[in-house]
Amino acid sequence: MTDSSTNVDLDALAADQASTPLVELRSMTLQFAKQTILNNINLTIPRGQTVVVIGESGCGKTMLLKSIVGLIKPTSGQVLFAGQNIHQMGDVEMTRLRRKFGFVFQNAALFDSMTIGQNVAFPLVQHNIASGRRLSRIISERLAEVGLPDNVSHKRPAELSGGMRKRVGLARALVLNPELMLYDEPTTGLDPIMSDVINELMMRTRAGAGVTSLIITHDMRTAKKVADRVVMLYPFARLKPGESQIIYDGAPEGLESCADKRVKQFVNGEAGERLMELRKSAFDGFDETPAVADKYSR
Amino acid sequence: MSSVTQAETQSSVLPEPVYRWISDWGEMVVDALMTLGDMAIFSWRMFVWMFKAWPRKGTILPNFYHVGVLSLPVVALTGTFIGMVLAVQSFVQFQNIGLESRLGAVINMSLVRELGPVLAATMLAGRVGSAMAAVLGTMRVTEQIDALTSMGANPIHYLVVPRFLACILLIPALTIMADFMGIVGGYFYSVVMLQIDHYQYLNNSRQFVGGWDFFMGIFKSFFFGGTIAIVSCYRGFHCQAGAEGVGRAATAAFVFSFVLILGIDLILNIFLDAVYAAIWPQGAKLF
Repeated sequence: MTDSSTNVDLDALAADQASTPLVELRSMTLQFAKQTILNNINLTIPRGQTVVVIGESGCGKTMLLKSIVGLIKPTSGQVLFAGQNIHQMGDVEMTRLRRKFGFVFQNAALFDSMTIGQNVAFPLVQHNIASGRRLSRIISERLAEVGLPDNVSHKRPAELSGGMRKRVGLARALVLNPELMLYDEPTTGLDPIMSDVINELMMRTRAGAGVTSLIITHDMRTAKKVADRVVMLYPFARLKPGESQIIYDGAPEGLESCADKRVKQFVNGEAGERLMELRKSAFDGFDETPAVADKYSR
Repeated sequence: MSSVTQAETQSSVLPEPVYRWISDWGEMVVDALMTLGDMAIFSWRMFVWMFKAWPRKGTILPNFYHVGVLSLPVVALTGTFIGMVLAVQSFVQFQNIGLESRLGAVINMSLVRELGPVLAATMLAGRVGSAMAAVLGTMRVTEQIDALTSMGANPIHYLVVPRFLACILLIPALTIMADFMGIVGGYFYSVVMLQIDHYQYLNNSRQFVGGWDFFMGIFKSFFFGGTIAIVSCYRGFHCQAGAEGVGRAATAAFVFSFVLILGIDLILNIFLDAVYAAIWPQGAKLF
């Protein structure tokens, strides 16, 4: 084989890899006991794209994220990462693959038993990537990138504010330079200024390293500011028969003009008839049997 | 529709309370079997990870310190009291039949074969087991275990294996401490307080308590330690959400461990007595 033919093969391979979507969900269904959370979800996320998933509480957004990172196994369907089905991988292969993910949890999920520095260092130590002075330099750099001073590294998570914890969670998720960043409600519980700081950090992360991002949020400001594409999920239990659970998939600009009333309602934060629906289903479910009545008087 | 018809048929054959009673018990049995199976898979995965990769020093040493060093004072203290309580309880009965000089044999035999290992295991289950379940439970409900997994660390390898190793490797040391302090406590109360002859006390102990009795206690303790670690970690990993869930996991870890310790103790005693009888049919001692 000549040098030129090798180069052509490598170029073809690189082009093939670039054209393969980073994440692909194929007919993914997730059920717990008899309850369907996600039904027949098909979603493709190309490399470098920032996708924001919106939808009301309980529609399965977090479960979607956890299925992608392999924390939850779908009942049926496939989750592909760079063309590989992650739920068919062995423990060692999966561990290696997870180095390519960065996950920012809703409440940061920092390890209480460790200091902030140890939390940020954890992925590097776990995968034997850095130690000693190099490790401490990386920690200081990562903390500085999210706007935290070096003296924070000796503190415990409980000593920090919610916004600081979120930023530490972001620094920890970014420490391995992941290919895919997953954010679970990154701005929930933060004041508007801190929410925007997190938004800026997410945008910088994407601009700097071209990271693919999947963000779950209820915050429409975040969705409009950081998203290339918005996907709206609707609770399976309230769908009409045969309807897709993804009721919107498009640019953030199209949200306002979307014909679907449910999308408009969510984007504008209007309850509409939702309260009446909730009250109706609650009253319909009344159980006045003596066994239930006794439960409260005991 | 079919399930309603089935339920109606069932309740027409059996009175409602009986039907409900049978269904509740059936559900409990199925749940218990599922928990047992789940726990067996959990243990298997723990053993696989233990042999696949040795945990880091940084994860093992804090667990060794917590399980071994911090448990030592309380095990020593309770061991001393148990030795003294045995002396108080046995003295009157043995004095009535004129065998108070044999008190040393009874106290020390009971301690090294039974009370030392069971007491050390009980203290470990109460002090360490419930704490393990509470810590792991809190980590579960605050998504720290998910965070570990998402960063490429296997939670069983990172959290369970070091705890298991600390429990099985350090419980023999705690048992020896409980034995030793119990022997000291029993000797002190019998010889100093009850005025039993020093020579008779020690000579009878030497005559009746042998190496096999010590071996039995230490051998059993490995199983107790392993049981405490597996049950407590399993309970922590399968903790329900909220403060109540964590509390329940901690309580269940102790209760399950304690019941299993006593059950395993019975089985091991029967097994070890059979081994002893097979090796020394004439009743010879190991040392």
